[in-house]
Amino acid sequence: MAQYLIRRGIISIFTLIAISAVVFSILALAPGDPLAEYATNPNVPASLRQEIRKRFGIDDPVHVQYYKWARNYVQGDWGRSFASRGPVTDLVLGRLPVTLAIVGSSFLISLLIAIPIGVISALKQYSLFDQFATTFAFLGFSLPTFFSGLVIIVIFSVKLQWFPFVFDSTVTGFWPNIQQSIMPVSVLALAGSASLTRFVRASMLEVINQDFVRTARAKGLREKTVIMFHAVRNAMIPVVTIIALQIPEIFGGAIITEQIFRVPGIGSALILAIGGKDTPTVMAITFGIAILVVAFNVIADLVYAFLDPRIKLS
Amino acid sequence: MSHQGELNVAPAGLSLSGNPEEELGSSKLAAFERGQYKKQRSLWNNAFRQFRRHKLAMAGLFVFCFFVLAVLIGPAIYPEEIDEIDFMNTSAGFTWAHPLGTDSLGQDILARILYGGRISLAVGVTAAFVAIMLGTVVGAVSGFFGGATDGVLMRITDLFISLPQVPLLLLITFLFKDSLVELFDRKFDNGNLGVFVLIVLVISILSWMPTARLVRASFLSLKEKEFIEAARAIGATRNALMFKHILPNVLSPIIVAATLAVGASIITESVLSFLGLGFPSDVPTWGRMLFDAKDYIQFHPHEAMIPGMAIFLTVLSINYIGDGLRDALDPRKSQ
Repeated sequence: MAQYLIRRGIISIFTLIAISAVVFSILALAPGDPLAEYATNPNVPASLRQEIRKRFGIDDPVHVQYYKWARNYVQGDWGRSFASRGPVTDLVLGRLPVTLAIVGSSFLISLLIAIPIGVISALKQYSLFDQFATTFAFLGFSLPTFFSGLVIIVIFSVKLQWFPFVFDSTVTGFWPNIQQSIMPVSVLALAGSASLTRFVRASMLEVINQDFVRTARAKGLREKTVIMFHAVRNAMIPVVTIIALQIPEIFGGAIITEQIFRVPGIGSALILAIGGKDTPTVMAITFGIAILVVAFNVIADLVYAFLDPRIKLS
Repeated sequence: MSHQGELNVAPAGLSLSGNPEEELGSSKLAAFERGQYKKQRSLWNNAFRQFRRHKLAMAGLFVFCFFVLAVLIGPAIYPEEIDEIDFMNTSAGFTWAHPLGTDSLGQDILARILYGGRISLAVGVTAAFVAIMLGTVVGAVSGFFGGATDGVLMRITDLFISLPQVPLLLLITFLFKDSLVELFDRKFDNGNLGVFVLIVLVISILSWMPTARLVRASFLSLKEKEFIEAARAIGATRNALMFKHILPNVLSPIIVAATLAVGASIITESVLSFLGLGFPSDVPTWGRMLFDAKDYIQFHPHEAMIPGMAIFLTVLSINYIGDGLRDALDPRKSQ
């Protein structure tokens, strides 16, 4: 086990280095100059611009810039944002809780919706419930999140006036927070639960037809025990892997949702940073998401091996 | 099952009644000339028959064909202009002059939907096509040659899979759009072509990986089968083995993946346009129309609902078609 972890750890580090190199090169290759606005400002003399460039290291060759960035990143110094001049760490960590709250709760809700629906769908295959569930799943993953977000805003915020339109992160108190989070959370939960339902259903269908379920029934166990204790547990194994792999995708989906509902989270910070060519912030956030992806890949494999005693981590 | 056109023809050499005259005339060729023939039951016939049974898939096919025809023919026959600004008539509802209303600049929504649909669909189909081609080539080479080639290609595939998709999509589009537009403006006098190429490239570069894995897995398993060994024994070249023998057997999952990829690409393109990173505002792709309309949602929701519904219905029908194809091409389903 330890050997496996070490090996995966090393591979992951190489992957992360490669990813960071790719993202950094893209940013470096891009035309345009973050200090372009200063070029036209008469108050900023050319010598001062040069000084700023030297200070920020903009004129260094690419690999030098990359090395400096990498060395600093690993030590926890994520640089200073070009736009706000403040440390990127504060910017990112300040916005993180909002995103985590919304992403986390939508993720939990989609689990709570998808697993029961998927299981029951599989048990009553081709029944009316199954037809509805399948239609629901199809609708869920054909609806782009920005459209479902807009529809929900129109219905609940404009017509019914139940929930506020714009997100206010300074709002305190449990109920107002729920009120304003319910729309983005449900949009993300709908999209997530749609594909998850299909997976759970497919996995469950595979398990029910296997011999050990028939044996359990033949032993005389109650149907409920057979399903809950034997079938579902085994069906969940591949589902857990899928879930672990989908978590980073949810962050991506959150990027769009945050734009629509104007949630001040990591996603909108990324979009602002991209728009402002704020390289340190872009690198920090993108690389942060990449770390999550790689980490959850490893976690998925570990959990899979833990749950399924047939898998030997060699 | 209907038996129209499937008259039973007695095989050559055997006659139905033992009559020597009939024996001569009952060869298949003669029977065909008489107009009696047995319908060929090929793989594609079987698949299509199975597809027809999937009602929602047929509905999806119908809707999708309707959309395609609408965007191909619509702009030619519908008289309204897409960019005729009419400040007297902004954000109007559904009238006979403007069946789907007008947007905030008074431009006719139906005309914009029909014209923009061409581009949305074109981007979707092209991006999916490029992604599938790329994935198939990588998967085929990787699965067929195995060994070091496989190792290297799979590492590259894993790298691409680990790249954070949405951030990179936004980043690349934002950073390179202007210079590409300029380049295409200079060389081809059509800046929007640059945006088209950029979006297609970006989408395909980030979505070829699942196809590659799929194709590789199929190649790895088919490579060991007897019919390939036989082909090799009679001297088939490497290329022939890959493209004439193995690849046709891998086509079924590729087709399903390709269909679903079209839907995914359409959504990705509209996401890009929705965030303002797609085509400029005079090119009314459906995502762009949503971007323009999102600020008017409070008072004129129809401006956003209509392009949104267009995207939704198109992608939904594509997904149902893909599901139907998956069922139809599944060799385990009974015909």
